[in-house]
Amino acid sequence: MKIKQEKYMRLSGLEPLVLNENSNFINVGERTNVAGSRKFLRLVKEEKFDEALDIARHQVDGGAQIIDINMDDGLIDGKEAMVRFLNLIAAEPDICRVPIMIDSSKWEIIEAGLKVVQGKCIVNSISLKEGEDKFIFEAKQIKRYGAAVIVMAFDEVGQADNYERRIEIAKRSYDILVNRVGFPSEDIIFDLNIFPVATGMEEHRKNAIDFIEATRWVRENLVNVSVSGGVSNVSFSFRGNNGVREAMHSVFLYHAIQNGMNMGIVNPAMLEVYDDIPKDLLEHVEDVILDRRDDATERLLDFAETVKGSKVGKTVDLSWRENPLQDRITHALVKGIDAFIIEDIEQARQEAEKPIEVIEGHLMIGMNVVGDLFGAGKMFLPQVVKSARVMKKAVAYLNPFIEAEKSDKSEPVGKILMATVKGDVHDIGKNIVSVVLACNNYEIVDLGVMVPPEKIIETAINERVDAIGLSGLITPSLDEMVYLAKEMQRQNFELPLLIGGATTSKAHTAVKIDTQYENAVVHVNDASRAVTVVGDLLNKKSAHIYTAKLKADYDEFRTKFLKRGKEKSYITIKEARKRKYKIDWETSKIMKPRELGIQVLKQLSLKKLVPFIDWSPFFRSWDLHGKYPDILKDEIVGEQATQLFEDAQEMIQKVLAKQSLKPKAVFGLFEANAVNDDDISVQKKGKEIAVFRTLRQQLKKREGIPNHALADFIAPIETGKTDYMGAFCVGIFGAQELADSYKAKDDDYNAIMAQAIADRFAEAFAEYLHKQVRTKHWAYSEDEDLTNDDLIKESYKGIRPAPGYPACPDHLEKETIWELLDVEKLIGVKLTESLAMWPAAAVSGYYFANKEAKYFGLGKITDDQVTDYATRKGITKDKARKWLHPNLVE
Amino acid sequence: MSNIQQALKKRILVLDGAMGTMLQAYKFTEEDFRGERFKDYPTPLQGNNDLLSITQPEAIKTIHGKYFEAGADIVETNTFSGTTIAMADYQMEDLVYELNYKSAKIAKEVAVEFTKKEPHKPRFVAGSIGPTNRTASMSPDVNDPGYRAVTFDELRIAYKQQVEALVDGGVDLLLVETVFDTLNAKAALFAIEEVKEERNIDIPIMLSGTITDASGRTLSGQTAEAFLISVSHIPLLSIGFNCALGANLLQPHLEAIANKTDFAISAHPNAGLPNAFGEYDETPEEMGEQIEEYLKKNLINIIGGCCGTSPKHIKVIADIATKYKPRNHTRPVSALH
Repeated sequence: MKIKQEKYMRLSGLEPLVLNENSNFINVGERTNVAGSRKFLRLVKEEKFDEALDIARHQVDGGAQIIDINMDDGLIDGKEAMVRFLNLIAAEPDICRVPIMIDSSKWEIIEAGLKVVQGKCIVNSISLKEGEDKFIFEAKQIKRYGAAVIVMAFDEVGQADNYERRIEIAKRSYDILVNRVGFPSEDIIFDLNIFPVATGMEEHRKNAIDFIEATRWVRENLVNVSVSGGVSNVSFSFRGNNGVREAMHSVFLYHAIQNGMNMGIVNPAMLEVYDDIPKDLLEHVEDVILDRRDDATERLLDFAETVKGSKVGKTVDLSWRENPLQDRITHALVKGIDAFIIEDIEQARQEAEKPIEVIEGHLMIGMNVVGDLFGAGKMFLPQVVKSARVMKKAVAYLNPFIEAEKSDKSEPVGKILMATVKGDVHDIGKNIVSVVLACNNYEIVDLGVMVPPEKIIETAINERVDAIGLSGLITPSLDEMVYLAKEMQRQNFELPLLIGGATTSKAHTAVKIDTQYENAVVHVNDASRAVTVVGDLLNKKSAHIYTAKLKADYDEFRTKFLKRGKEKSYITIKEARKRKYKIDWETSKIMKPRELGIQVLKQLSLKKLVPFIDWSPFFRSWDLHGKYPDILKDEIVGEQATQLFEDAQEMIQKVLAKQSLKPKAVFGLFEANAVNDDDISVQKKGKEIAVFRTLRQQLKKREGIPNHALADFIAPIETGKTDYMGAFCVGIFGAQELADSYKAKDDDYNAIMAQAIADRFAEAFAEYLHKQVRTKHWAYSEDEDLTNDDLIKESYKGIRPAPGYPACPDHLEKETIWELLDVEKLIGVKLTESLAMWPAAAVSGYYFANKEAKYFGLGKITDDQVTDYATRKGITKDKARKWLHPNLVE
Repeated sequence: MSNIQQALKKRILVLDGAMGTMLQAYKFTEEDFRGERFKDYPTPLQGNNDLLSITQPEAIKTIHGKYFEAGADIVETNTFSGTTIAMADYQMEDLVYELNYKSAKIAKEVAVEFTKKEPHKPRFVAGSIGPTNRTASMSPDVNDPGYRAVTFDELRIAYKQQVEALVDGGVDLLLVETVFDTLNAKAALFAIEEVKEERNIDIPIMLSGTITDASGRTLSGQTAEAFLISVSHIPLLSIGFNCALGANLLQPHLEAIANKTDFAISAHPNAGLPNAFGEYDETPEEMGEQIEEYLKKNLINIIGGCCGTSPKHIKVIADIATKYKPRNHTRPVSALH
């Protein structure tokens, strides 16, 4: 025969299925069809989709190159079931690697199916049954969705049941599709109706041979098309005798394929190898199929009595079940097979001393293999997600046993905060890691995208998470991560920090992030690795060892990396001092404070601070963005903001009434001179009582741009002029107790509110005090008349930089303030070991009054300044490095 | 046959380089992004590059001009995230039409200017259609693998809106790019076909996928060839790959599809892989050398750059492109209609 073929059909799942002149028969799996499989129907009805997926997987494992999915049943919502099942299949890479055949008699089900499959499918089927208009419409849509189509030999008159009708309908359908719809001819498949033979009815005798001959005509005359059919129909009359049926299928296929049938729905388990059919059976079957004798049917029926049972050919390869336990568990994880995982895990559990060891041992070993394969590009994401699901099933099984042990191991595996950092909206990678971790029984607190650092910190504290995972895809996100690491350090976090996302790298993590945070920082860029890493980080027994190793590893990596890197240029501290900011002290006005010395404010009414509150950060801390008061009228967040604001007002009223928050402050104004370029000598009646050590910018700048240090804003001793500076600390007491009282009532909202308000009060107090100092105590700016808005915009004269902030990042200087002002004794604000203030709602800093004083950021400094600083301050260089390291040029 | 199809037969066409990388150099602040018009907008807007077509149009215009000057035949509109779905993050769904229309206008204006100057080298504008930030064929929730954060119809409607605005703004062709989920791309193609039919117009379509990692697959798991097959039902001007990889790593995937399609082949790789600090530091010369390999092998019809590439890169690429003949792709696109 001469098949006319210029182009070949190309289909795809995750992988291509391309027909060509050498293609063998394409086998379509039929068991995921509610009409063809009672078991599948039952599973779908009972919504046991896991098991329904197993049927699909079994088909693909058994050699199906396409799987036919049909949900046409009166008791099922076919559209919903089709979408659900196809979506589930899409998450099973070993199933959806093959193309899908969307099978329904209802157009709406077909269309719903086409909308959820990424590959090029086959639609099964359309026909002229309801006329040309519908046929054309559906064909057009299918073309636009990008699928091939099966056309049934059916028209307005009825189903084609003989040779002539088959070719008539095929020809007409083809012409319409190719000429009127522009449907690619290679994407047309004809189903020429396979009907049963040997039914005992005369008109059925030619059913098989007519199909076979029509197939030949179609392939010889309709260019590029394929021919398909549901093979099992042909043996319908021999139901119950699988031996005969298998032989009939083989014989039918053998002849149909020779005549151009190139695909079909065949149950591979119901197929005998043609050459293996016993000669006598073969002869009887061929007589029937090819209609060679008038008595063919009777002869086969008689002969059938002698043929018993079935030699089921293909089975799933289960040889891996013979392997040792660990290999089986690893295999199940790698392949994502959960059928045996419980029995294997049970065995592992019995062999282990404690059930948790199965997770930490067997399962982790398996997941590491998954991670390695993934890293090497031998597995891809959907598979990894599947592995994670097997893992989850195993962990879920083990959990009751772990619970039963009821030792310290009875806690949930851990709680992980996940967030895409501020300014970044990419969250796919983060979601995947979340998902994989969730599978492994971690509780995930997912903050979503564009999460401001304050919110991450706040949530980490409030949710008491065990680790924080940050993700980002765009370059600026890297800085956000560094910032967050810094904040975690500043706020004395101990949680491990996980870094991931497309732009992140081990090098960046090691060089920029790891250095900002004393505790564990890990770069994890693939989901499967995340599980082992988090497992190690949260393992109570060995976490400290793991963390130490990690730190050492990153340190080594960093050292190696930096040896090849070049960075921004810096100038020596000596050079930088030559380029200091120069105030003309001859003309610059120095105001002597009205009141020198230390003063304490303990009796201040909180009420006075209310007008000084800057509300915008308050809303920001609740993730409501916008400027106060506009935010209250904002179209989108206005309602929420207003509610929040009202709640805040309510709490403030309560706080004012009960005086549950108490503001205290201490400040001092002193004589001062800059000495040795960078130090500020604080004096009382000409006698030095303290020295502030300031740090100088060392970044190489353009000519004429100074390298700032705070000392530049104080007149040098050489000028012979006495200058002045101040220092202060304000604190809000009682916030913790207030928050705790709410927490005790499980009222987290108001607990957070209490803290947020205390923070606002502390900032307001600092603002208030600064104003008092400017206008009253120092009175260098007596006549200023600034609104609250102006204060927020820092339009006042003079500055109040705080240790730990950009102009003076060194927290150690707080100790000097504490000594100078006797802060702890006078108002009770303490410094923790890491120099954080307690209560947390506190602000401390310096006052500089010169009108040229301004805020700046120190930036990076080099080793020579560190040495110099340590010497000046009389501390070891190691200690200096420790406190300055966020600012050191690596 | 449209102008671009004629041009495509004669020579290798050069696409522009990165928009984002160029914009980064401006170091626009939150205020710059907002401009006067959005100064009180409730969400942070920094990073919403598409918005700059409205708030900083001169910058966009300048960048287009630099790319044309460097030798690009086609520039992409600044509309990578111009769908209601991607703009939802900034609560700017209502601005989608304007963003696309304005971006198209800006690019077209520059293109016309250059075409007038050099009539022998007509310049084209491709409406950039990004993947959105959701996937239609993967679940973000493992406990419910059947869940989808976005549906085909939601994507189709969003894409249609973008396409209509781009067409109204005067783009010469459409570029569906950085496809990491083929189903998303199919929704975009479906939307484009709807617009074409409703308006009875024809507009060439470039389609460019993204191979995300060493697995050699798209994020949604397809091989390069499976991806090609899944989108070949629409008569495309070109198909190819962009982003995620540098030129040399992209080559095997281009080879995997080049001899399996009659569409033109495009590539706009990144300037290498990002270094430790998220920067792309492959020099124009380094990138040019790798791209010359494509051209020597006759793999390419349209070549450009993605993340990290600058007008300098495009200049080198454009110079190299003049030395080689385009890949011979046989099927006349119009014959498919």
